[in-house]
Amino acid sequence: MKIHLTRRYAFAASHRLHSAQLGEEENSRVYGKCNNPYGHGHNYVVEVAVSGPTDRATGMIANLSELDAFVDREVIEPFDHKYLNEEIAEFREHVPTTENICVEIFNRLRHFPSAKLERVRLEETGKNSFEYLGESVGSVQ
Amino acid sequence: MVYLTRKMEFSASHLYHNPAFSAEENRRVFGKCNNPHGHGHNYVLEVTVAGDPDPATGMVLDLKELKEILQREVSDRMDHRFLNYEVPELAGQIPTCENISAVIWRLLEPKITRGHLHRVRLYETPDLFVDCYGEGNGAGNGTGVTR
Repeated sequence: MKIHLTRRYAFAASHRLHSAQLGEEENSRVYGKCNNPYGHGHNYVVEVAVSGPTDRATGMIANLSELDAFVDREVIEPFDHKYLNEEIAEFREHVPTTENICVEIFNRLRHFPSAKLERVRLEETGKNSFEYLGESVGSVQ
Repeated sequence: MVYLTRKMEFSASHLYHNPAFSAEENRRVFGKCNNPHGHGHNYVLEVTVAGDPDPATGMVLDLKELKEILQREVSDRMDHRFLNYEVPELAGQIPTCENISAVIWRLLEPKITRGHLHRVRLYETPDLFVDCYGEGNGAGNGTGVTR
């Protein structure tokens, strides 16, 4: 049986969309309100999907307490109530769009020891969400 | 190909306990879910059927028929039941979301005669769900164990 287990987590953080590769006017045009120099925040929701054999003894793909602790350590602790542009090294060089945050979260979680990371889905608001399945999957799914 | 999803809810209780583990091991592995009196959830089930709409009816399958299948196969078996003791298909298994979804897959798959069962999604809470794709229908190579 192919089974994916998905768990939802939440964190709140601020960011500013501003690219060093674009001029002031261009940044303002491309990013609009999100280019506000003081930044702004969101309540992000992260869905983490893992797969693997269901352990006969426990009935589980992965023990939730282990997954929760891993996601908490790798993502929630470092991201929650932070200014992503300054406090997450990756976003000193890359614009913290939800696309880039989604990929960064996937990269931080890909080494979860107890199951295979299948997908990270990140909601910036109730209306916007992004999914990343890793590079090997390609664009067909 | 069109994917049709029908949602239903059922409420049930369960507990996690492996008789092969010591009492201490059961508490360590299963935590609060090891409470011998059990506890319950409002499960939300989403069943997705894939197929081409019938040219005459415009339907992949009749939703009424799917509703009846879900009622008979899932709700009548599991709603307001203690899953460990009252659902024979789960006997000898820990009634986790993973195992319940696999049981539901096996119950539904042969009953879907128009289109084919694509996915069984089972929410235990709004923040925890599993997707079961059966033994391999394009969702990737099955890495799960077959039981």
